[in-house]
Amino acid sequence: MELSDSRVIKADPQTVWKGLLDPDVLKACVPGCTEMSGSPEEGFEATVVQKVGPVKATFKGAVTLSEMNEPHSLTISGEGKGGAAGFAKGGADVELKEVPEGTELTYKVEAKVGGKLAQLGSRIIDGFAKKMADQFFQNFQTAIEGPPEGEEDPAEDAPTEKKGWLKRLTGS
Amino acid sequence: MPKDGGIGASTKRREDVRFLTGKGKYTDDINIHGQAYVYFLRSDVAHGTLNSVDTSAAEGMPGVVRIFTGKDFEGIGGLPCGWQVTDRHGEPMQEPAHPVLAQGKVRHVGDPIAAVVAESLEEARDAAEAIDVDITDLPAVIDMKAAVQDGAPKVHDDLTSNLCYDWGFVEDNRQAVDDAIKSAHHVTTLELKNNRLVANPMEPRVAVGDFNDATGDHTLYTTSQNPHVIRLLMGAFVLGIPEHKLRVVAPDVGGGFGTKIFHYAEEAFCTFAAKEVKRPVKWTCSRSEAFITDAHGRDHVTKIELALDAEGNFTALRTETYANMGAYLSTFAPSVPTWLHGTLMAGNYKTPLIYVNVKAVFTNTVPVDAYRGAGRPEATFQLERVIDKAAREIGMDPIELRRKNFITEFPYATPVAVEYDTGNYNATMDKLIEVADFAGFEARAEESKARGKLRGLGVNCYIEACGIAPSNLVGQLGARAGLYESATVRVNATGSISVMTGSHSHGQGHETAFPQVVADMIGIDASQVEIVHGDTANTPMGMGTYGSRSLAVGGSAMVRATEKIIAKAKKIAAHLMEASEGDIELKDGAFTVAGTDKSVAWGDVTLAAYVPHNYPLEDIEPGLEETAFYDPANFTYPSGAYSCEVEVDPDTGKVEVLAFAAADDFGNVVNPMIVEGQVHGGIAQGIGQALLENCAYDDDGQLLSGSYMDYAMPRAADLPNFIVDHSCQTPCTHNPLGVKGCGEAGAIGSPPALVNAVCDALQRAGKDVKHIDMPLSPARVWAAMNG
Repeated sequence: MELSDSRVIKADPQTVWKGLLDPDVLKACVPGCTEMSGSPEEGFEATVVQKVGPVKATFKGAVTLSEMNEPHSLTISGEGKGGAAGFAKGGADVELKEVPEGTELTYKVEAKVGGKLAQLGSRIIDGFAKKMADQFFQNFQTAIEGPPEGEEDPAEDAPTEKKGWLKRLTGS
Repeated sequence: MPKDGGIGASTKRREDVRFLTGKGKYTDDINIHGQAYVYFLRSDVAHGTLNSVDTSAAEGMPGVVRIFTGKDFEGIGGLPCGWQVTDRHGEPMQEPAHPVLAQGKVRHVGDPIAAVVAESLEEARDAAEAIDVDITDLPAVIDMKAAVQDGAPKVHDDLTSNLCYDWGFVEDNRQAVDDAIKSAHHVTTLELKNNRLVANPMEPRVAVGDFNDATGDHTLYTTSQNPHVIRLLMGAFVLGIPEHKLRVVAPDVGGGFGTKIFHYAEEAFCTFAAKEVKRPVKWTCSRSEAFITDAHGRDHVTKIELALDAEGNFTALRTETYANMGAYLSTFAPSVPTWLHGTLMAGNYKTPLIYVNVKAVFTNTVPVDAYRGAGRPEATFQLERVIDKAAREIGMDPIELRRKNFITEFPYATPVAVEYDTGNYNATMDKLIEVADFAGFEARAEESKARGKLRGLGVNCYIEACGIAPSNLVGQLGARAGLYESATVRVNATGSISVMTGSHSHGQGHETAFPQVVADMIGIDASQVEIVHGDTANTPMGMGTYGSRSLAVGGSAMVRATEKIIAKAKKIAAHLMEASEGDIELKDGAFTVAGTDKSVAWGDVTLAAYVPHNYPLEDIEPGLEETAFYDPANFTYPSGAYSCEVEVDPDTGKVEVLAFAAADDFGNVVNPMIVEGQVHGGIAQGIGQALLENCAYDDDGQLLSGSYMDYAMPRAADLPNFIVDHSCQTPCTHNPLGVKGCGEAGAIGSPPALVNAVCDALQRAGKDVKHIDMPLSPARVWAAMNG
């Protein structure tokens, strides 16, 4: 399946670019990600726990960044093996464009599943992939911008990890 | 003969008592002390190079006994194919190797890569997750026509292409058929698909292998329709075990529908592994696993052309079919689209010229083989659909067009190599019109219209060649086996009887119907006769149950053996009554001397055979046990006419089946209730194919309909009450019972009736819909209406 979407992030392209390359940001943004290590050059190792319809599995796999054109575009691809559940693989072509509000991030996602995941979940895979992509980029936007207006207050009471790396990212 | 338990009585099925009370003993109920469990690690890609299988991390995991890979089966035979088709150029089909565990490549999702034998199934499964399999993905070939294009990726690198064979039948008629079509008054053309199906027997497959290292005896318990065939194929071709050291047991089997005919890798694996690990090894298939390992059915893409003259007489028929073989040749796969399909293309009609072309194609999908009807439903569907379309094109009533072309004189030799012995197609059509109340249809259609629904009536005929089959004939056609059947009738000392049959019952009711035959011949109560089947250790070599053959072939063997018993018993009776053997008559379980009041009971004679104190020992041996092997002279040709009445919702395209009627000619009927049950089940499966079931792959070869969430089985609510009639009987002329077989008829005869009915409903409503491919889901029907 393929899907594409775009969103505007209130930060300049360079900041967005740095976020995309940071394993800690990626870990926080990939839904269900429990481990993420590595570097943009070497690629990342990731562990993701996800439930697709009736199949819950721990996916272990590699995430690689390619076609890197700083700070304009890159391709994020990943392949995860979920043991008896089968496999999931996918990629996102991401483009960053400077706009008055910050950066417009456009993504085109392609996802494939195999084995039991395809056998049991084929009907819901499209919706699942869309949800995963939406969540990822929503998390990413939040990570870069900080929580949306109106949700600031609870966050202030509990200094979360999010704030930590947001600070680090913005260099302040 | 009295109908109280003999031939013709609707005796209730004695086996149902144990099935309905949970006392059946299925393969999964067999647990042997010390058994280990196997879990198969299967490919989750459809096509790939198997670079390495690293089991090192899994070897030491808890409970692991041993892990097997393709390497362990190097030098051991692969799974054999039991039928060789010769193509239209006289060349043998392309026949790829079929290893027990994948070697070098994986070729479909579900292809077994490694097998973990462990103390428990859970431990085996856990260890399988730790096996590191390195596969380089290769492009998958799924679409049959794309698969035979130049440059298509090859499923088997050592074959010249993905074409298994290009079969022409009858090749000598090809030019004449082409000419007749070219010069015809009218030609009706139809392109259609016969959808791929998954058999889904209620009981998934199971295998338990056992080995006695003191005696060297192997035993395999398996969910099979034909334990002797499995013993022969696995012993001789895969593992090299002679028959006397290999016992195959198929105990109670919960449905087969063809998919349990074949010899599967898991059977060979469990037998092999039991010896290797010196422990019994058990495999129980999960439902998910069944979807990707049980042989699938159908999957034909066909173009059919029917030529007619100005009066509506069929003058020629030409068909071109692509038949999916899947990734490997399953045991009888090559025969299904050829000899079980091409030979049926005459149907019930006297079409003088027929040419059938079939291209069998390898794809990266689960192997496809026989499924209830096997080739005959595919033949019937295309023929009965094209006739319906032709009737509309030339403006003739579909029933009249059929009647005009019916074969009415028998025996009839078709242009496609078979000779129908008997039949009366007008009689079954007349009966159908009566029982389905065609006269009232228009009123019912008006009533539907008033409710905003579109009502349609579909009719079709069918013929099948079953009672499979004469051995010398099938041998000429490429079968690598004989197709006789066997029976041993063992009369016990006190007169009760055990009949050992080489056929196998997995839903057909043999344990009830077969005793009716033997008891009827002798004149004793059927309860005195017991059927023994399913164990190669105590049944004579027989070919098993499929192709509606058990009564026609196996029952005939039973008749022949019982005739021998009666002949010998008469000799004993003559001795006991000091009469001439020629004067002895057997009636109602007693021997009498003609013209006298002398009589001796069945039990007295049988006792004398085993306690031969007063016995003609100089003439005959003691004991009363006889075996017969019966090889039929011809196929049997059941036939019938079916109708279906549907209502289509014009807003949603949803089809509701309101009525379904079947008028069958099965020849003589032994147990009418069982026959009706078989027809009911067949129709349910046929409606399932026509309305609901579809096995779908995506372009990468992932199975999309791999569970009951996506594979729609027919349920009670989808089906009407069936009207079933078998009163038209033209007995088979060449078997002693005059029976024809009824197991597959329902599945063969029902899909075209349903599709014809839906097309009728739409055309009555003014929609120009000529065909809709099965299954007729609401989306497809709606799209056809609004296309």
